[in-house]
Amino acid sequence: MTTTALWATVLAASLACFALKLGGHLIPRSWLASERVSRVTTLVTVALLVSLVVVQGFADGRTLTVDARVPALAVAALALALRAPFILVVVLAAATAAGLRAAGWG
Amino acid sequence: MNVLPRNPAARAAVRQGVSVSVATGLYGVSFGALSVAAGVGLGPTMALSLLMFSGGSQFALIGVIGAAGTPVAAIATATLLGLRNTLYGAVVSPLLQVRGWRRIAAAQVTIDESTAVAVAQPEPAASRIGFWVTGIGVYVLWNAFVLLGALAGDALGDPRAWGLDAAAAAAFLALVWPRLAPRRAQLVAGLAVAATAVLIPFVPPGIPVLAAAAVAIVVGLVAPAVPDDAPASPHAAAADQPENETDRESVR
Repeated sequence: MTTTALWATVLAASLACFALKLGGHLIPRSWLASERVSRVTTLVTVALLVSLVVVQGFADGRTLTVDARVPALAVAALALALRAPFILVVVLAAATAAGLRAAGWG
Repeated sequence: MNVLPRNPAARAAVRQGVSVSVATGLYGVSFGALSVAAGVGLGPTMALSLLMFSGGSQFALIGVIGAAGTPVAAIATATLLGLRNTLYGAVVSPLLQVRGWRRIAAAQVTIDESTAVAVAQPEPAASRIGFWVTGIGVYVLWNAFVLLGALAGDALGDPRAWGLDAAAAAAFLALVWPRLAPRRAQLVAGLAVAATAVLIPFVPPGIPVLAAAAVAIVVGLVAPAVPDDAPASPHAAAADQPENETDRESVR
């Protein structure tokens, strides 16, 4: 991506994200009272985040791989099941992947 | 020096907001480092953090760019991920009662964390102060630590050696974790995993995430309303959570 395209992408996406935030502050509450609208929004958030876990945890370009990120995600899931705070979950995952790579795997 | 307000509920909201701000802000280091590593320079990285200011969207955008995705895929992914902020805005707007430039500022800091803290408070005054402390606190610390991460990125070398790619995956997992309780959410999560994994080898980066979102939209539109699957509005989700749970919700 050229520098110009990169800046255009950054600014367009930022503008869109701000418009979405401001839109929420400006629309009448009654519009969102619909059970269906809030259900779709909730499910889309879940799907996006889960999909990002897969992409960030298993994709290497267009290839699916199993490397140090996978045990790190397992450690993160265990920490979440044990109700660890957000920052600890992230640190444990990073430490697991870093440790495995330092040991020469993944 | 005691700068906390006298009202006990407001004091609790301030403390909660500060702890969430610190936890979330620190995480900005990994965004800064990953963004620079993905080939997004210091300038665009800071522009993203200051202007877009929505962690999920920021990570998604640099993920698509780093994987050589198209600008359209990058913009679409980041925008879709920012859609929930619209819902948050509609929820916090009546609590804040602001107009003019304050409304612009409130919109910019309307994110997972500020919304979660705001709706978790027992009274409107505490909600207001909780929203602003969290929103401004995360904004300042997040951007400061993104800058630090972006500058230290080169010195740190390959972020993979530090496990920062795994940290980003874990952050998304931690963000979605509290949302997975309803059975319908679990169903959608399973379908999203399948759709993403199947599509990754065949389509450009960014598209699998959009496909997962499309699956969720279809399920949300066609599925009948069921009582045990009440929509996890920020109100409902945050209201039931004790203070330390808010940190876990802290996912933008």
